This record gives sequence, C-alpha cells and structure tokens, in this order.
Amino acid sequence: MRLSARERDGLKVLIPGLLRSYTAGAETVVLPAHATLDEALRHLDARFPGLRFRVVDEQASIRPHIKMFVDGALARRLDTPVADAKELMIVGALSGG
Amino acid sequence: MAARKTPKSVAPKPTTLLIATRKGLWVLGADAARRSWKLTGPHFLGHIVHHAVADPRDGRTLLAAARTGHLGPTIFRSTDRGRTWKEAAQPPAFEPGSGRTVDHSFWLTPGHASEPGVWYAGTSPQGLFKSTDGGATWTGVKGFNEHPQRKAWCGGDQDGTPDGPKLHSVLVDPRDPKHLYIAMSSGGVFESSDGGADWTPLNLGVKALFLPEPDPPFGHDPHCVRLHPRVPDRLYQQNHCGIYRIDRPANRWTDIGAAMPKSVGPIGFPMVLHPRDPETLWVFPMDGSDVWPRVSPGGKPAVYRSVNGGKTWQRQATGMPKSQAWWTVKRQAMTADQAPTVGVYFGTSSGEVWGSRDEGRSWKCIAAHLPHIYAIECS
Repeated sequence: MRLSARERDGLKVLIPGLLRSYTAGAETVVLPAHATLDEALRHLDARFPGLRFRVVDEQASIRPHIKMFVDGALARRLDTPVADAKELMIVGALSGG
Repeated sequence: MAARKTPKSVAPKPTTLLIATRKGLWVLGADAARRSWKLTGPHFLGHIVHHAVADPRDGRTLLAAARTGHLGPTIFRSTDRGRTWKEAAQPPAFEPGSGRTVDHSFWLTPGHASEPGVWYAGTSPQGLFKSTDGGATWTGVKGFNEHPQRKAWCGGDQDGTPDGPKLHSVLVDPRDPKHLYIAMSSGGVFESSDGGADWTPLNLGVKALFLPEPDPPFGHDPHCVRLHPRVPDRLYQQNHCGIYRIDRPANRWTDIGAAMPKSVGPIGFPMVLHPRDPETLWVFPMDGSDVWPRVSPGGKPAVYRSVNGGKTWQRQATGMPKSQAWWTVKRQAMTADQAPTVGVYFGTSSGEVWGSRDEGRSWKCIAAHLPHIYAIECS
C-alpha cells in the first residue's frame, strides 16, 4: 500500500512558547493523521493533558487570543480539515498589557 | 525571673501571605514578630492570578486561579505548600452547549471543615463550581448555573463590571456545610440552605442607585461580603453603594456606611473582619464620586476601622503617605491574620503590600515593586 505524504510524515505542530510547559519544552510535535483540527487537538491533549482547554473553550471555539494556521491558512473553526496538511501552527495573537 | 517560653503548640504561626497579581503569584513570609518579611517567587510568572488560597483544613494545599492574556482559565494546585504545582485535570467550565464560557476563575473558597477536599470557585462571568477532590476536577453547581432565574438575577454575560461580571464571596456557614452564600457583581447576594440546589436573593435594604427601583430584590453590586467565623449569623458587605451589616435570620441589611466621614464616603472594594471579635472590621475606602476614579479619596490612603459593628468608624493611616498616593485596593486584596493582636494587610494596584501588626494603628510598607495586586490571603 502506498502511503500519502501526510501519513508518511505526520502533521507537524509548531508549539508556541506559551504552551511549551505542557510539551516539556518541545517546540514541535508530530501527530499521526487526523481528519480535522478538532481531532488533532484532542490527540495533542491526550499526549499533553490540559493543553486543549487553554486554547479551545468549553463551547468548542478557538479562544479569542489564539490563532491556528493550517499550512499557513488561518483556521477559525475546529472542523477545519487537516487530513492533507503538513503543518499546524499555534500562536498567541498579539495582545498587550 | 526568666521569661517563660510560650509552649510551641500554642505559639502563633508565622504569618505568610499569598500575593496574587496580574503577573504571577508571590509569597511573603514573616518572622514570628511580624517585623521582618521575606518575599519569594514568582510562581507562574506572566499568568494573571486572580486568587490564591490556602486550605486551612490540611495546612498544605494551595489553589491558585490563573489564566494568561492568551490562554484560557485554569486552576493550579499544590499539596506541599507551594513547592510543586499541578494543573487541575478539569478546570471550571460551563456545560458544552450552554453557550457560556468561563473567562476566568475569580474566587476560591475552601469547603466546610467536615468536607475535606471540597472547594468552591466563583467565575467571570457569574458561575459557581465545586470540587470534591481538592481542586483536581471541577463541576458546575447546576442549582445556580442552570437556575431559571439566573439570567434575571445577573443579566447577560456582557453586562457587569468593567473587567467582567463576577461571582465572588462564596461563604460556607461553619455550622452547616449546606448553608451557603454567594455574591455577584452584578446580581447581589444570594443564599442557599440546600448545598446550592436552590438560591434566594438576600438584598433588601441595600441600595442599587444604578437601578430604577428603590429597593429591588436583586441586581445589586456587592463588592465583598464577609461572614464572621465565630458568629456566622453576622455578615458584612462592602457594596458599590455603601457598607452594610445583617444579623440573620433578618433579611434586611442595615446601612452602616452612613457613619463614614462625608469627605471619604462609604465606597470601596475590600472588607476584612476581626477573626474573633464580630464587632470589629476594616474597610479601605475609594473615591466613588462623579466618574468613579476608584482611587484613595484625595490621594490620601487610609483604612477605616469600626469596633462597634459599623456604628462609628476611625481613620487608620499612621505610616501611610499623607498625600499624592492614588492607590486602589481590590476586593480580595485585604486580609487579616489570626495573631493575638491581629495583623491586617492590603495590597495595592501599584504593587505595594502594606501591613499593620497592631490592628491598624500603624502601617508599614512590607513589599513593593510587585505587579498590580489582585488578592492577598493569609496562608
């Protein structure tokens, strides 16, 4: 069976500094294939408990000062497809004070 | 004659203050005489810590309610007095599908002495949560969060105080773990006699000058409510519209702020009770005139103390700046210790901690240069 590039390489998640206390300092994490952003984040949370709730609220919305980019495109919803994506970038949006 | 040594078992416990700030948590510890203070920390640097509270039931558990500018709200727990911390596995969160989201946990209260491991959390917007495992997991108190009148009591989640509507002052009757009080800005004070299954407003007699009704049953803005631990039928309230006292089972509050000097007024955020004398309390007034500057009136900070249940008040400012000090003291940022001569402490919006080891007669700055202080609690 021939594996797709996605399945071969996994989804590379870029972890921002503000979440690295969860990943023991890891700046990148590679996840296996998932259909949606929601599934990928649930997998991430299973590996790093508590991470998801810091970036996704209890109504399944991405928190206001968190941005997620799937292969460079801003993802506003958790049902965003990631099956063929190579990279998920999680960032803290600019906010001061 | 040689001085008698105080037996170790009854020696006063050195005071330790948990200082929750806009940028993290610090700990300020005193020597036995409370003359010398040592600051340690920060814990959670960069986190907005709204409240940090020690568990009086075991003397070792600490909980801290935190979030950051980017990340959602959580609770951190320590079972070794702050040496190590773990995050709650399930922080306070509203039910999926309810449409409501917890912006931050604002208030923490240990449960009844007979219920080790029980804690309550009040959130912004107004929500009440309970943990039965020492803060590891939290569930909503449905009797409040899903009460059919909740929205009428509180308004929408967009209503309320400038930095978000809050549920605070969760009070547990030391005689009965099912007898609870809560307060909300806005919403008012509410009472439950069944462990939170149902709630009744307790606001008669309290002004709500921002509402059209003269004596509305709810919708008020209590800033801080305290229950006296030795006389639990005695409650005090620092409100947006004055200072009040009630002696249950009465259901009407008595205005005790009218006795404050007119030039200072009865407005403020925090309120602290003497741990043993139900007649003695302290408040820290702020300027609630015209556009509500919310600073020390006239730039002259002072604590006011009453020793007769609010009939009269005395200014206590010895040691504080006499002018040009524009502090604000938030509602959780004032506390008292348990010493024979009670120590009183407050933290300012400008990051200073002030302490009195003689029940407010004289004051000294015991820590400075901290971030904006949100809460101070004795540990």
